[in-house]
Amino acid sequence: MMLNMVQALNQAMHQEMERDPSVLVLGEDIGVDGGVFRLTEGLLEKFGKERVIDTPLAESAIVGASIGMAAAGLRPIAEIQFMGFIYQAMNQLISHAARLRNRSRGRFTVPIVIRTPYGAGVKALEHHSESSESLFCQIPGLKVVVPSTPYDAKGLLIASIRDDDPVIFLEPTKLYRAGRQEVPAEPYEVPLGRAKTIREGEGVTIVAWGAMIPVVEQAAEIVGKDGIFPEVIELRTLAPLDRESVLESVKRTGRLLIVHEAPKTCGLGSEIAAFVAEKGMFQLEAPIMRVTGQDITVPLAKGEDYYYPSPERVTLGIKKIMES
Amino acid sequence: MTEDMFQVLAENGRVAPEREPKLPSPDLQKLYSLMATTRAADLKALKLQRQGRMGTFAPSLGHEACQVGSAFALQPKDWVFPYFRDLGTYITLGLPLKNYYLYWMGNEEGMRIPAGLNIFTVSVPVGSQLPHAVGCAMALRYRKEEAAVVAYFGDGATSEGDFNEALNFAGVFRTANVFICFNNQYAISTPVRQQTAAKTIAQKAGAFGFDGVRADGNDVLAMYTLAKEALEKARSGGGPTLIEAFTYRMGNHTTSDDASRYRMEAEVRDWSRRDPIERFRLYLKDKGLWDESFEERVQKEAEDLINKAVEEAENTPPPRPEDFFIHTYKEMTPELNDQLAELQDLLKGAPK
Repeated sequence: MMLNMVQALNQAMHQEMERDPSVLVLGEDIGVDGGVFRLTEGLLEKFGKERVIDTPLAESAIVGASIGMAAAGLRPIAEIQFMGFIYQAMNQLISHAARLRNRSRGRFTVPIVIRTPYGAGVKALEHHSESSESLFCQIPGLKVVVPSTPYDAKGLLIASIRDDDPVIFLEPTKLYRAGRQEVPAEPYEVPLGRAKTIREGEGVTIVAWGAMIPVVEQAAEIVGKDGIFPEVIELRTLAPLDRESVLESVKRTGRLLIVHEAPKTCGLGSEIAAFVAEKGMFQLEAPIMRVTGQDITVPLAKGEDYYYPSPERVTLGIKKIMES
Repeated sequence: MTEDMFQVLAENGRVAPEREPKLPSPDLQKLYSLMATTRAADLKALKLQRQGRMGTFAPSLGHEACQVGSAFALQPKDWVFPYFRDLGTYITLGLPLKNYYLYWMGNEEGMRIPAGLNIFTVSVPVGSQLPHAVGCAMALRYRKEEAAVVAYFGDGATSEGDFNEALNFAGVFRTANVFICFNNQYAISTPVRQQTAAKTIAQKAGAFGFDGVRADGNDVLAMYTLAKEALEKARSGGGPTLIEAFTYRMGNHTTSDDASRYRMEAEVRDWSRRDPIERFRLYLKDKGLWDESFEERVQKEAEDLINKAVEEAENTPPPRPEDFFIHTYKEMTPELNDQLAELQDLLKGAPK
């Protein structure tokens, strides 16, 4: 059936809750209201308030309570309403969710999923456009997942729910209702930790994820008219990184362009550039390049375009790396 | 909400008969032995630390009654979320002492809580374990298990956001939680009057819509009684309780601290007259449940237990490099494999 990303994610939660009674959801406005983006619509009616829990407004307690639920054998899915509010829960994520497996030598694990909409490009108010994925990618013990299509969204969320480690599941706000795609009615997993080549090409590898995927696709169409056919790799999981797929591609194409909407400095692009330099330096025909968000606070609506990588900026980046 | 402090035993050991819990004599003697063992094990750890055989840790001296008394009221099906000053709690609940020593010697293996014991790991970031306790109670209710969930913390934790978020959750969801605050008058150097303008910590529960009670934390029978009541209420669906145990940290905050920088010797002397073990000893002696030979036996048993635990902890081999890598995720990532291989090569003295 043809679903947008919101519907695909909603279906994934319905199906996992039907399959496994230890799965439940909690968060702000996720029950009666069905979530501010309607991600959890219909869950309360179907599964009741014991499993679909409208919580007080307290991000640290939402994540902290999820950790305690996991200790008692449940697999909670917690929603943080916007990524800009996840900072309130950072201590719970970094100090406990990520570490309990190691601290307890495996006695306690934290199979929780923290879902949160992220990213700019929707002219939102302050704190509603954050793309701070690299903060989480540096924390040993956390997994970070970002889909860009309805099909992957459903399969990656199901895989995240079934995963035995804590997963930060980032949903690109801009792509929630960007388009529909054929999504199988039955549950399926898209495995974590594996990138996907979404466009085969030559001469340059572009690595991107989340809301940057359609931007990169547009840029690839534009440069195609000039006879440049970039290979595009969508990471899908940011931690752990599928380094092998990136390296394999870069070794073939000889060039690497990384596109992300997070700020440039210490963005995940820094790590990707570093490991390609470490392991694939001599296959490179040009310096590694990045097209990213600026090292500034994400502007409000009127200034957003200065920040956000556009197809034009990516196109320029591709042309520049092909010339060098 | 009350400013009064619930007390069963006066400082001279005299009992208030109408409040005396109906505990059989062996249980009373057990309480004494648990407190005495806690103190001996704590002093041993301090000695080991001074000898360089133990890392930095938070001594429990003075907390024996509030730790042992409250934990003694727990049932095996209940859950406990400790903080970092809980030696008496562990000893009462049956966590092998070896685990405690091992962890504070610097080996994560000590926090591999044996299966069957519902004790969570130590939590160092202050107050951050409270939301875990609430989530656990929510999970137990969902699974229709009639068990209570205790969280332990100090007075400093009540200033943290997590304290307020967790107790608010507990009130809203009427969880089966018992929040036990060891108000030992200091958070490192900060006295409780600088921690809060509230008259008591117990009264904070009122803001969350449930009961707060205050016990003399140096009175093991008061702690046992209030904990037992709160636990029974929690298990039977009566909702959460906050218990403030009014006590005093007789030792330093941790072995790295020097409390003489911020508190008066006279204050410490004054509190030493309210010693929890001595008070209970006088009570037992009055009842004919304590004499020199009992004391000797208790001390001997504690010493044997402690010596064995120290030996076991010190004979535990140090962690292998792979122990850290294999416990980061359920499965090793390729990057972790590479980093481990590099470390192992380095340790073998054969870098590639």
